[in-house]
Amino acid sequence: MRARRFFLILYFVLLLLPIYWLVCMSLKTNEEILGAFRLVPDRPTLENFRHIFGDPSWYMTYVNSLEFVLLNTALSVAVALPAAYAFSRYRFIGDKHLFFWLLTNRMSPPAVFLLPFFQFYSAVGLFDTPWAVALAHCLFNVPLAVWILEGFISGVPREIDETAALDGYSFPRFFAFVFVPLIRSGIGVTAFFCFMFSWVELLLARTLTSTATKPIVAAMTRTVSAAGMDWGLLAAAGVLTMIPGTILIWFVRNYIAKGFALGRV
Amino acid sequence: MEPRPVDNRAWGLVLPVVLIVSFSAIIPLMTVVNYSVQDILGPTQRVFVGTDWFHDVLKDEDLHGAFWRQLLFSGVVLAVEIPLGLAIALAVPRSGRWVSLCLVLLGIPLLIPWNVVGTIWQIFARADIGLGGYAIAGLMGVDYNYASNPLDAWLTVVVMDVWHWTPLVVLLCYAGLRAIPDAFYQAAAIDGASSWSVFRFIQLPKLRRVLIIAVLLRLMDSFMIYTEPFVLTGGGPGNTTTFLSQYLTRLAVGQFDVGPAAAFSIVYFLIILLLSFVFYTVLTRVGRGGEA
Amino acid sequence: MARIRLAEVAHSYRPDPRSDADYALQPLDLVWEDGGAYALLGPSGSGKTTILNILSGLLVPTRGRVLFGDEDVTRKPPRARNIAQVFQFPVIYDTMTVAENLAFPLRNRGLPAAEIRARVAEIAELLDLAGDLDRRASGLTADAKQRISMGRGLVRRNVAAILFDEPLTVIDPHLKWLLRRKLKQIHEQLGVTLVYVTHDQTEALTFADRVVVMNDGRVLQQGTPQELFEDPADAFVGHFIGSPGMNLMPCQIIDRSAVVGGQRVALAAGAAPAPPAGAGRLQLGIRPEFVRLAPVPGASALSVRIEAVEHLGTYCIVTALLGDVPLKLRAPETFDAAPGAAIQVWFPPERVKIYADGRDVARSLAEPAREIA
Repeated sequence: MRARRFFLILYFVLLLLPIYWLVCMSLKTNEEILGAFRLVPDRPTLENFRHIFGDPSWYMTYVNSLEFVLLNTALSVAVALPAAYAFSRYRFIGDKHLFFWLLTNRMSPPAVFLLPFFQFYSAVGLFDTPWAVALAHCLFNVPLAVWILEGFISGVPREIDETAALDGYSFPRFFAFVFVPLIRSGIGVTAFFCFMFSWVELLLARTLTSTATKPIVAAMTRTVSAAGMDWGLLAAAGVLTMIPGTILIWFVRNYIAKGFALGRV
Repeated sequence: MEPRPVDNRAWGLVLPVVLIVSFSAIIPLMTVVNYSVQDILGPTQRVFVGTDWFHDVLKDEDLHGAFWRQLLFSGVVLAVEIPLGLAIALAVPRSGRWVSLCLVLLGIPLLIPWNVVGTIWQIFARADIGLGGYAIAGLMGVDYNYASNPLDAWLTVVVMDVWHWTPLVVLLCYAGLRAIPDAFYQAAAIDGASSWSVFRFIQLPKLRRVLIIAVLLRLMDSFMIYTEPFVLTGGGPGNTTTFLSQYLTRLAVGQFDVGPAAAFSIVYFLIILLLSFVFYTVLTRVGRGGEA
Repeated sequence: MARIRLAEVAHSYRPDPRSDADYALQPLDLVWEDGGAYALLGPSGSGKTTILNILSGLLVPTRGRVLFGDEDVTRKPPRARNIAQVFQFPVIYDTMTVAENLAFPLRNRGLPAAEIRARVAEIAELLDLAGDLDRRASGLTADAKQRISMGRGLVRRNVAAILFDEPLTVIDPHLKWLLRRKLKQIHEQLGVTLVYVTHDQTEALTFADRVVVMNDGRVLQQGTPQELFEDPADAFVGHFIGSPGMNLMPCQIIDRSAVVGGQRVALAAGAAPAPPAGAGRLQLGIRPEFVRLAPVPGASALSVRIEAVEHLGTYCIVTALLGDVPLKLRAPETFDAAPGAAIQVWFPPERVKIYADGRDVARSLAEPAREIA
């Protein structure tokens, strides 16, 4: 067992090393970075972070990102819930084909949709709004949400639905007040994964936005000034993008195994 | 369990999903099909060219290059990530206070925006300002430069992908391992089985479904990879690390050659469709195959 | 094959137990004679599986020793003990055939191939698996799989005991008795010590020579099914065994008689000369089967009012009220009194037991200092 623990610790060290390095970079000035090589920052400074928090064109990009990610998560989960219920509880014409078609969308390369999305959202005037990215991300998040939720819903015995019907609940009331509380953890896991896949995506987020709703991921890929790469600033921006994810994962850490257990990511 | 009742009113529940996904998928797809069979010379001049673009695209040398590079990349990455992920999942404790910490640490690389992943490695692998690059160049005395040397670029891209996505395989396998009831391990202990026997006869068979999912997921996702290698190497040096998605994006956005881009999109999409069909079939068959 | 003994064994699942409440298994002493068929009976959470796991070595007890014959095996791993265990659901190796499953424990111990083959054939014959030897184990029914699990235990020649943890749980009801009969057969033929854990009293009482009744981590009584039925040492044992269980009625002791529901019940001589010192709750116990319908010449009868009568084919269960205390009794199928009627019943004094705080008063009077174990 010793060998196992050593191997595991070694892996985690290697895992954290590049992140540690990024954090180090974010605490150095550019001169220090390009100067002598040091394992630990010589004179750690919060200058880069101050720059970001002080400059609206930087910190607003985080807000923009959060905006469409949260919008997308709410939308995906809301839309997927009834559908997942249907797939779990009923058989209907074309149900298997529909499920398969949904799956293919999860596997669609965003690159294929770049141009059409660009033209379409421009045409309807949604270009450069959070709605464009939120809706575009539904392409892969909604199927994922349906898939995960279907697994959780199938775990709830049908007797509960029948009992509620006998007790006189109408379907919407039953769904909202009886059923949803039962699959709270499933909804949590689904929301987590939707957030995750939307937050990390670059291609669509960059293509469908311009100046008004520029997300952080786009801002970062355009940080080349006349003087060359501003490594410190870039690193600081990167560190800040990791924070929402880390917080989220801390909260759902007990449910992660369950969500993956359905093998549906 | 009674079979599920047939009720076509369920379509009402499914309608929102269908609408949204159609909105996101079918309409753009139709646009793409539209473009792929026309030559757009100007805003009002469109010529129907049938399968011309398809012929051009399929004969394109650059496309072939990107395709083979993609296959090689996906192959290498799978060959490393699956065994490594499984090994780590076996090393994570089954219970106890360290489990939460392990899961959180494993989740971190998965939650980093993909461009930041590229940036992290862009910095980390540089021989002058990066810890990794410095270690390799300085300590091993090798001339390491991912920006100019194709082999170095490949190695860096592969290591970056392994760093980024192995945790997904670990989490999948770990969940699968946790689902194995204790009684199996207890019976094996009583039967006097060695750790290797336990792995071979209990864990591996019970992980079959999970491993298939992991392989297919990673295969498809690696086939679509764009952001990370783009940020790290830009596809270079030259086009040595240009894979399919980047090739397509270059065509569509960079060169504004809509026709060929659309045709290639269709081809690309069909490849993925084929893989998903395999995924779905294998999955449902394994799911129904009656695991003990 | 040897005598197995658990000496002063107690177990806590917490890393640093402080009080008695932290212990899942209270200190106990149990002896399993070689070749006996034992049952561990009790509700869920009573500690039965804990004892089983301590016996097989899957658990090392917090306190106490495990002795096989004269050897202290407390710290020996399962592999080194000669124990086999069958679990609640069939545990088989999916990728192997039936023959390979049975051969597995022997292969791990390095036996020669010819001997393995012979042994496997022998055990397969005994368990009616001979025809399925070359089939994939995963394709068989649940009861066949449980037989394979049993087989893996029996295949080792010098196995000291086979432990069963509620093995019939997933078996179809109509196949349960077949498997139970098979177990009995194995026991008779091989003479191996069998320990059978269950919460089903019918299984325990029909299978075992001696039954250990447990509750809440404590061993309440050990004895033959008959002893447990006729002479329960603990109110819980009285109530748990029997269908319906023993009647337990609050009572008082006045002048060498018990008073229940305002009526006097004669007690056997020496049953309770005086209320035991510091006694708490007193209960009078009598099994429904032993309550006699009066009149019995020369005996004082008790008057009860009938609440309900259940006809169960060859007999009836009558629920009645003795004063305000409920009482169940068995009556012949010809019983014809209706609910609301008053009848006379009689408790034979030798069948009456008095329990103080759940413990049999007669026993504590006879051996006041001895812990029931």
